[in-house]
Order: sequence, then structure tokens, then C-alpha cells
Amino acid sequence: MKLELRGITKRFGSLVANDNVNLVAQPGQIHCLLGENGAGKSTLMNVLYGLYQPDGGEILLDDQVVKFAGPGDAMAAGIGMVHQHFMLIPVFTVAENVILGHEPTKLAGVLDLEAARAKVREVSDRFGFDIDPDAIVGELPVGVQQRVEIIKALIGDAKVLVFDEPTAVLTPQETDELMAIMKQLRDAGTAIVFITHKLREVREVADKITVIRLGKVVGEASPQSTANELASMMVGRAVDLDVEKAAPKLGSASFKISGLSAWDHQGTKVLDDVNLEIREGEILVIAGVQGNGQTELTEAIIGMHGKTAGSIELDGRELIGKSVKQVLDLGVGFVPEDRTEDGLVADFTIAENLMLDRSDRKPFAKGLNIQLETLRKFAEEKLKEFDIRAQGITSLARQLSGGNQQKVVLARELSRELRLLVASQPTRGLDVGSIEFVHEQIVATRDKGIPVLIVATELDEATQLGDRIAVMYRGKVVGVVPADTPRSVLGQMMAGISNPEVAA
Amino acid sequence: MKQSLRTPIFLAALTLLQAVLIFVVPAKSTNVQGYVDGDFFHLPDLSVNVLVSGLIALFVMLIGLVVSVLAVVKQHRKTPRWVVLAFGVAFSLQILLYLYAGKTMTFTSLMQGSLALAVPLIFGSLAGVLSERVGIVNISIDSQLLIGAFASAFAASLSQNLFVGLVAALIAGALVSWVLAVFSIKYVVDQIIVGVVLNVLIVGLTNFLFSTLLGANTVLFNMPPRFEKLPIPGLAQIPVVGPVLFNQTLIVYLMYFAVAGVWFALFKTRWGLRVRAVGEYPKAADTVGIKVYRTRYISVIIGGAIAGLGGSFFTLGQVGAFGKEMTNGAGYIALAALIFGRWNPIYAAFAALLFGFAENLQYGLAIIGSSVPSEFLLMLPYVLTVVAVAGLVGKVTGPAAAGKPYIKS
Amino acid sequence: MSETKKLDGRKIVSEIFNAPWLLTVLAVVASFIFGGILIAASNANVQASAGYFFARPGDLLAAIWNAVSGGYEAMFRGAIWNYRADNLLSQIKPITETLAFATPITLAGLGLAVAFRSGLFNIGAKGQIIFGAMLAGWVGINVDLPFWIHFPVAVLAGVAGGALFGALVGFLKATTGANEVILTIMFNYVAELTLTYVLKTPILQAPGAVNPVSAAVRDTAKFPAFSDQIRVHTGFLLMLGCVVFVWWLLNRSTLGFQFRALGHNPSAAKTAGINIGLTYVLVMAVSGALSGIAGATQVLGTEKFLTTGVAASFGFDAITVALLGRNKPWSVLAAGVLFGALRAGAVTMQANQNVPIDIVLVVQSMIVLFIAAPPLVRAMFFLPKQKGVAA
Repeated sequence: MKLELRGITKRFGSLVANDNVNLVAQPGQIHCLLGENGAGKSTLMNVLYGLYQPDGGEILLDDQVVKFAGPGDAMAAGIGMVHQHFMLIPVFTVAENVILGHEPTKLAGVLDLEAARAKVREVSDRFGFDIDPDAIVGELPVGVQQRVEIIKALIGDAKVLVFDEPTAVLTPQETDELMAIMKQLRDAGTAIVFITHKLREVREVADKITVIRLGKVVGEASPQSTANELASMMVGRAVDLDVEKAAPKLGSASFKISGLSAWDHQGTKVLDDVNLEIREGEILVIAGVQGNGQTELTEAIIGMHGKTAGSIELDGRELIGKSVKQVLDLGVGFVPEDRTEDGLVADFTIAENLMLDRSDRKPFAKGLNIQLETLRKFAEEKLKEFDIRAQGITSLARQLSGGNQQKVVLARELSRELRLLVASQPTRGLDVGSIEFVHEQIVATRDKGIPVLIVATELDEATQLGDRIAVMYRGKVVGVVPADTPRSVLGQMMAGISNPEVAA
Repeated sequence: MKQSLRTPIFLAALTLLQAVLIFVVPAKSTNVQGYVDGDFFHLPDLSVNVLVSGLIALFVMLIGLVVSVLAVVKQHRKTPRWVVLAFGVAFSLQILLYLYAGKTMTFTSLMQGSLALAVPLIFGSLAGVLSERVGIVNISIDSQLLIGAFASAFAASLSQNLFVGLVAALIAGALVSWVLAVFSIKYVVDQIIVGVVLNVLIVGLTNFLFSTLLGANTVLFNMPPRFEKLPIPGLAQIPVVGPVLFNQTLIVYLMYFAVAGVWFALFKTRWGLRVRAVGEYPKAADTVGIKVYRTRYISVIIGGAIAGLGGSFFTLGQVGAFGKEMTNGAGYIALAALIFGRWNPIYAAFAALLFGFAENLQYGLAIIGSSVPSEFLLMLPYVLTVVAVAGLVGKVTGPAAAGKPYIKS
Repeated sequence: MSETKKLDGRKIVSEIFNAPWLLTVLAVVASFIFGGILIAASNANVQASAGYFFARPGDLLAAIWNAVSGGYEAMFRGAIWNYRADNLLSQIKPITETLAFATPITLAGLGLAVAFRSGLFNIGAKGQIIFGAMLAGWVGINVDLPFWIHFPVAVLAGVAGGALFGALVGFLKATTGANEVILTIMFNYVAELTLTYVLKTPILQAPGAVNPVSAAVRDTAKFPAFSDQIRVHTGFLLMLGCVVFVWWLLNRSTLGFQFRALGHNPSAAKTAGINIGLTYVLVMAVSGALSGIAGATQVLGTEKFLTTGVAASFGFDAITVALLGRNKPWSVLAAGVLFGALRAGAVTMQANQNVPIDIVLVVQSMIVLFIAAPPLVRAMFFLPKQKGVAA
């Protein structure tokens, strides 16, 4: 089935998320929709899927204009979607999730779960997925959950399949497998729309590439284009993907983790005998697929993780057993993974957010009183220094763009006397301009002679930013390698294979 | 405190309490009477020495404690639910025997009274289950019960027809829950606020109408007929069980159907799957074409109708006339029952029975002149609910999306 | 950035339409209209003249007008200024009644406002008032001390009672993650039953009494009176002090900053080094303490002895006052005085016009519902819809 989007326009208030977008996806073709975070890719797909109603333009299937009042209509028309955030209900079984919305029933609306199981098995077998229809989805690994999501999309005999940023949560190996599945589907005649901002993946599977920027289609690109060409098109100016940094001037190893283990609420080991060392003036990147202990590692460092054993030393002082406040006081700067969730109070002003971790001490507090004047001056200063684009220091954090929010977090963390900087996925979801700014700040911090620990899930960022890379898998450090280690080796390490060549 | 260790510690505390009680309570006998005139055969009274039964209970509890500790420490699993259940039953039965030590406990009448108190609680908790399972927190069960009591008395009195009364109760309960739904869904008002306010609004409204309308002409407006008991031939004569369960009014039989029906609808039908999906993750339901708002409205309104029906039990099933604030906070106990029953209609019904039993026990004890203050028995539902939500006996979590409005972009 | 404001007529109109105060006023008006409908519908004259509406429609309108205006006029005389009275004291007595009711309502409302701003839905004002009143009452009745020690100690006992009972909720939430809404609902009942129990046993029951009532509070523990002819007492001044305190706490203090950070985003607060568990306990302690003071003003000032009805409907009133005042201390005070006036006026309305006092609950509930749903109020008064803000 051929899918065509013609002149789609979607506005949110004054923001134009999609501006007259045209796109044609042919059966038997993988059509990549490439664009930066916030370029309007997901909005476009939500319009296609009936989740949003377009303000202008039309959708055509096999040259017939169709209108979708909701996702049900889109599904009925043969459009399937694999969502970036899985649309699965954790407490339901695989079978229940897959049939939801078009459940097979017996008499009087009674569920026919046997038929549901059979359907799951059938699709599962066709792609060699090996999925138990009675497994509870929430208990499955992320990669398997995605397969459930794919089965769900396929079960309605989808002729057009949309993959919305599907690789963010996958290991390189799982990504390869997903690519293979996409190719298999394409060869079976499905029209595939693949939404991503990852250039490598685009170049690997795309038959056709449409680039979208600030809600507009800026052109088509050939799958043979170089990464820099694609990036320039995506961003709208020449982009150098490399991070500029001089050779590190290393000092002593002031930050040491030895024998660190941690357990979650259920008593499962989530960190397993982690040993790391970072020297002053060095950036160590923790690479690995999300969910392999990186979050727990950063939490353990700043004192937020419950049960831990082993030792974390900064400047010869033990951090384990200290409260978050005590750890921060020892000079640890922390940029959390999820800035809107953990880094900022969205309904506080920029100024209030800038004193969030020092609200009860000098210079912001005198006794129990907040020093409003001091805070105002400080905030004005930081607004300029970090080029935070906002109406003023009383703007609410929620009104800022992702990039500016991250600048607020960085401004707060970097304006203390630091002895260590920990940043977890500091560029996640940011536009290229903000990414460059964040990278500059991190490198500048390193060059002040401060040890820096970065968690990165994307290999490109890891290899460009890091002086050394530690790869984590299932709570263990698989190995610590130089930043110029080949991708293939890193990819294998991310899947848990410690390379003998590297270990030597 | 580690979550997994909470249950064993709690059980250990109760076991210790039981061990102490064995020494404290004098070793009298409790006489348990289970025969009612008309039973198929005469069940002899049972005389139990509380020391003997206490030792047996302690033994059962110790085994339960050991199993719990082994499960948690050795196998890193949660304490199996049946162990907690057996433990609880042994402990509660023994406490009951202590309370009646040296006296006669008329088991059948104790249970009859408990069921009578539990009926509105069960209807109410079903309303809560239907509402919360679809993602709308229902603090306003009490208002739905109260309006059902009012409307059924009013309509049945005017028409002198019980079934008109029942229909009025259904409609009135549905109306109140519709208001809850509109404010929660359409106006995105905090569901707890709406619930709390509705409770007071309905108290104010029914009190106002009671004073002006019903008070002005009691004969016309507040003298409904009452449902007679309908013994089910055969079943009603079974000793102990029969008189309690099968010699009841129509409303009680409707309650049995409602519990089974809500359970079946929620867990076995397409509709129920969708309701639960909407209550867990509305966006996911939306992406497969389920109409989130409509599902929420329907489930909440059906719940309200059921609660309204439960309210009619106060008037048409028991007292006859409507009285000011006659639910006396039953809706809040129903809320407690549904939480204690883990949002499951059947468990919730048993929790309601337990709470009804605790409430009824005070009357039973008053008759025999026991010195246990009734306030502490009345506190039981609330304290047990606190124990449940504080996770002392396993963690209780409700539907993931309950209380969160779904805003379509 | 400063923007020069142009005199744009449409903009001014839309600003007025979007002003929160207008919606508040309209919500109150709408609720009073609804209350008026109830008053009219339940009025005997109205019902009688409705019977021959088509013959003489004017009668019905006149009857409705008389019923509603009579009712609200009585309310005004009962709540603000009794212009029919012949001496000044009787004339101003209504407003003092209003303030007497406003004192505990506002105090408990402030307590809830602190909790709501900190993200804790404390609906346990009732239980906290009861525990405050119980402890304050016990000290006030059973301890023999000179005024300068006895009075402060009794008030502090009230503070402690409310604070501890509140803190228990905070503690359970912090350690077990239990939902505070459920906890506070359940604790309200626990408190009520505890109160009944202590009033039926020698712990607090007046010697020789049959009913659950305590003995009178000793004179040395009472709030000093303004005059023995009016019920409002110096507890009112304490309440005003608490308004200022809560304003300072929420807007100027470091502790309040942490409370609010917790309220808006607990994970960010935790990441910034704020001790979440301790803050939960502190929030609930402060919140409960304010309700505890409300209990103390009742038992040591207004009632002067303890009954099972000490918390009256103040628990619910506190919720509505906090919501109507949008959790801002000065607005909570205004809302507290409004609802105090409703209570005081309703007493006169019932006595003079036979309008049941329960009308207050209806009007109060409607106000809160309308306040919470601005689009509904807009629709009712045919105001233009508020423009959607960019996502």
C-alpha cells in the first residue's frame, strides 16, 4: 500500500510543528524520516496515526484520501506503529496487550484468550521471535518488549508500518536484529517509515531519506550521503560532528571507585563489583545500553542509591554512606539523566532553580531567610554567562526549550566549587546547537583539572567526548578502553563480550 | 526497613502478642451456638476452651511465621498469600474466642448482623472498583450511597412501589457519579477534591431536602414500603450458612450477582480488558483505538448506579424511612474495603464482610456485657487499611493511572 | 523585559475575563444563585403560588423574591451587621460571630495550604484538630498552673497534638510510601473514635457526667476574651499571627522553599540534596500543628470544654478554604472569613426564615466545584473561552 502525506500542517498554539509537509512511502521501501529532536517527526507520525488532527493537508492511501478520527481508524486502514515509548500495559500479558483494541471474543463479549495466544504465536513464529503469550509484559527485557510492540503493530495486517525512534533503547546487536526485521518486512511488501535522528542507522537501511527541520521538509537525501552531509542538512548549517578538545592534562587520580556493588528493592544485584578511576582533567565515559547499571552508578555516587557496598572515594574521602547533601557539599556536580524529572522544578522560576541545591546555605540563605537580592544578582549573572534564552530570571523553567533547561542545570552545577562532575546523558533530546554548547562546557570543566564522568548511550558521543571509555553490561564494567577503540569492539563489549585483545 | 522484611516482622509481632495473651486470658470455655430454628438438622453447640484453642492458634501462627521467614530470607520471595491468610484467620478466630471467653457466642446472629452491615459496603466497594480500575479515584462513594438511600425512599414512598424505588436509586447514584466523571474528565479537576466535595454536597442537599420536603410531609415523601425476606427454599435451611446467606431480601441477592458480575465483566470480557487498560495506561489504550473518555464515563457511571442500589439497602432493605446522614460514613469504609481488597471485587467483598463483622461485634459484645470498648472495634477497618497501604502485609498498589487525568493533545 | 502597554480595548476586556478574581467572584455568585433556587423551591409560599402560576404568575415571582431576599437578608444580618438591633453591641455582634467561626476554619485552612503547596494532599484536618483539641483540653482541664504558664502550655499542647498526629502521616508516607489521602481519611476516623473513647472514660469525661463531655477548662488556660458577650476571643489574633507566619514560611524561608520544591517535583528536590523523608514529616507536622491550634482555640476559647463535636465541620471547611484561597495565606484568610460569615449567617437564616442550616454545605461545595472548573463558570456566564496557551 502506498502512503502519501500531502501538505500536512499542524500547529500547537503559535508553534508550527509541521508546516506543509509532503511525504510518499512506497510499498517495499524503507523510507527514513530524518530530523533533529524537536523537528516535528513525531508530530507528523501522530497526525498520520490519527492521534492528532492536522490543521491542513491530507493523507492518501493508494491515492485515496482518508481521514482518521483516531488511531482505531488508522489501524483499520492498515497502518501500524511501533512507538518510541512502548504503548504496552506492564501488568497485562503479551497476549492481552497484543489483542487490545480488537479483541477476539466468544459469546457476549467474553474474551477468547486462546485465540489471542494462537495469534501471538503465529506472528511470533513468522519472525522467529520466540515470545510466550502468557508472559507479563512488565517483566520482559526491553528488547523483547519492543518485539511485542512490533507483533502488536503487525497483528492487524499492517501494510504501512511506522517505527518511531525504535533504537534508543537497544544494544547495537539488538539494533542490527531490528534492522534485519525491517528489511524482512520490506521484502514482504510492507511500506516502512523509519523515524530517527541517528545517521548511521539511516545510511544502513534507508531506501529513501526525507529530511525535516523545524517542521518543514528541507529535501531528500541519498542513502549514500556521508554523515556530515546528512547532519548539515538536518541542522541547516555546516556541522562538524567532532568535539574539539586538546589532549588532556592529567593530574592525580582523585576519584576512585572500588568494589562497588548495589542492589535494588527486590534484592537483585544491579551493580556488580565496579572498579573505576578518573584522574583530574580527564573525561571518562560510561558507555553501554540504557539499563545496564549506569543510572545506579551515578545514583550511588551522589548518595541516592539505597543498598550499596564497596567504596567511592573523592579526594581521599569516602562517599558511600553520605547523604546527597553531604556528597554535593564535597564538590560533586551532578547533571541528571532526566532533567525535567530530576534536574529542575518545572514550576519554579529560573532563579529558584539556580539555588535549588543551595537554598539553605550561603550565599542564598541567612538563618532561615532567603536572600532574594543575592539570588536575583546571581541569577542575572548566570543568565548572561550561560546564554540562557528566556524572558528573564522569573520565567518558569517549564517555559524554556530543552536546551535552555539543560543550560540552567549546568549553570547551577558548574557554579559551585567542583571536585567532580557527573553528567548522565547530558545531551539527550537536545538540538545540535545545544549539544555543542554542552560539550564545550564539559570539556572546559575537564580542562580546569576536574575529573569528569559522563554516561553516554550513543557510541558517537562516547568516542568523541571521552578520554577513556568504560563499557557497562548488566551492572559490570566489561572493560575500560581508549577512546579510539573501534566501534565494532565497543559494540561487542556493550553486549557483554569482553575483548581479549582489549584486556591484554 | 526493607520491604521484604516487613511482613515477617509484622507477623512476629502478632505471634508474640498471641503468646502473651495465652498467659493473660483465663482458661475459660467459649460456647459457640450455630443452630437456628428451621435448619435441616440440629447442630450441637460447640464448647471451646480458649487455652486449648489458643495453643492451636499459636501453633498455626508459628508455622506461618517460619514459612514467611524462610520464604523471605532463603528464597528471596514474598510471603505466600495463603500463609498470611491462614495466619490471619487463626489469629482473628482466637481473638474472637477470647472476647467471648466464658460466654455464649450466637454465631448465626453475629454473622447475620455482619452481612447486613456489609451489604452497602460491598455495593460501595464495587462502585469504587469500577471507578478506580478505569482510572478515576472515587472518594465520593459515600455520596452515591447516601443519594441512593434518599432517592429510593423518596420514590418508593411516592409510588408505593419498591421497584420504582430501586430504579430511582440506580439513577440517582449514576447521576452523582456522572458529576464526578464530568468534573474529573471534562474539567480535569483533581479527583480527590471532587470526591470530597461531592460527599459534602450530597450531605447538604439530602439534609436540606429532609428538613424541608420530607419533614413537611413524611407520610407522602418518606414512608416507603420495605423489602420482605425471601428465604430460598432448600438453601435457607442449611445450618449456619443458610440463615445467614439465603434468608435475605432481594437487595442482598442482587448484591451476590453484582459481585460476581463485576468480577466477570472486569476480568473475563472485552469490556473489562479495555477498562483495565484505560486505568493502567490510557495513552496506550488510546493508540489502539479505545475511546478513553467514553470508557471512563461508562465505568464510573455504572459504578455509581451500583452504589446507588447499595444505598437503597439502608432504606428499603432495613430502616424503611430515610434519615439524615444515614450512611454514617459507610462510603469511606467501602473505600477502605476496596483498597484492602486490592481493587478486586471478590476480595473487596470479603474485606467489606470483615469490616461489617468488626462493626457488628460491638453489638454482640454489648449484649454479653464485654468490657472491650466499642470504639476500638469500630476503628478496625481504618487501622487495617492503614496497615494495608503502609505495606506491612505485602505492598498494595492500585491501577497505575488512577487519579491522573488523561489529556488528549 | 518590559513591554509598553497599549490601550487596546479588546485586550483589556480579555484580561478582565481571564482574571482569576473574576472567576472567583462569579463562582461565588453562581453558588449563591443555586442556593437561592433551593431556598425558593423549599419555600411554602412559593410552592403554593406555583400551583396557580398560570392564573397569577406575578404571585410566584413575588413569592420567590420574598423567599430568596428574606433568606439572604437574614444571612447578612446574622453574619455582618444587624441593622435592626437597637444597640451597637448587638449590631456588631454578627460580625464577631463571623470572626469566631473564621478563626478555626482559617487556621486549619492554613495548615492544609502548607501541605497542598508541598504536594501533600492532607485531608486530615479533622483528625489533627481533634488531637490538638484533646491535648490542649487535657492540659487545660487537668493541670493547675498560673495563667502565664498554663495558657501557653495548653496552647502548645494543642500544637503538639496536631503536629504529632500530622507527622505520623508524614512518617508513614516517608517510610512506606503509603498514600497520604488514604492515610488521612482513615486517621480522621481513628481520631474521632479516640475522642469518643476518652470522653466516655475518666481520661477526660467530666466527673459524674453521663454524656461524653469533659469538665470545663480552667480559667488559667483560657484564651483571654475581648468581652464576655461575644464569642470571638484573642485566638483570633493568634490566627492572624499564623497567617503572617505561613506567608513568611512559604515565601521567604528556606524551609518553605524546600517544602515547595518537594511539592512541585520530589525527584528534583531529592537530587538537589533535600531530605525528602524528613521534609514530608516536617510538612505534615507544620500542617497538623496549625490544625492543632485550631482545635486549641475551640476548646480553650470558644467552647471552653471538650465534646465529641469539637471539630464540627471544620475539617471540610478547611479544605474548601484552602482551595478557594488557592493555598495563599492572605487569600485563605479572606476565604476563611467568607465561610465564617456563611456559617454565622446560616444560623440566623435558620432561626428567622426556616431555611435549614445545611444550605451552607451546599453553597460551600458548589463554590469549590466552580472554582476548580473555570471553563464551567465561563460557560455559565457566557464568557469567551480562554485562549489555549502554546504547548
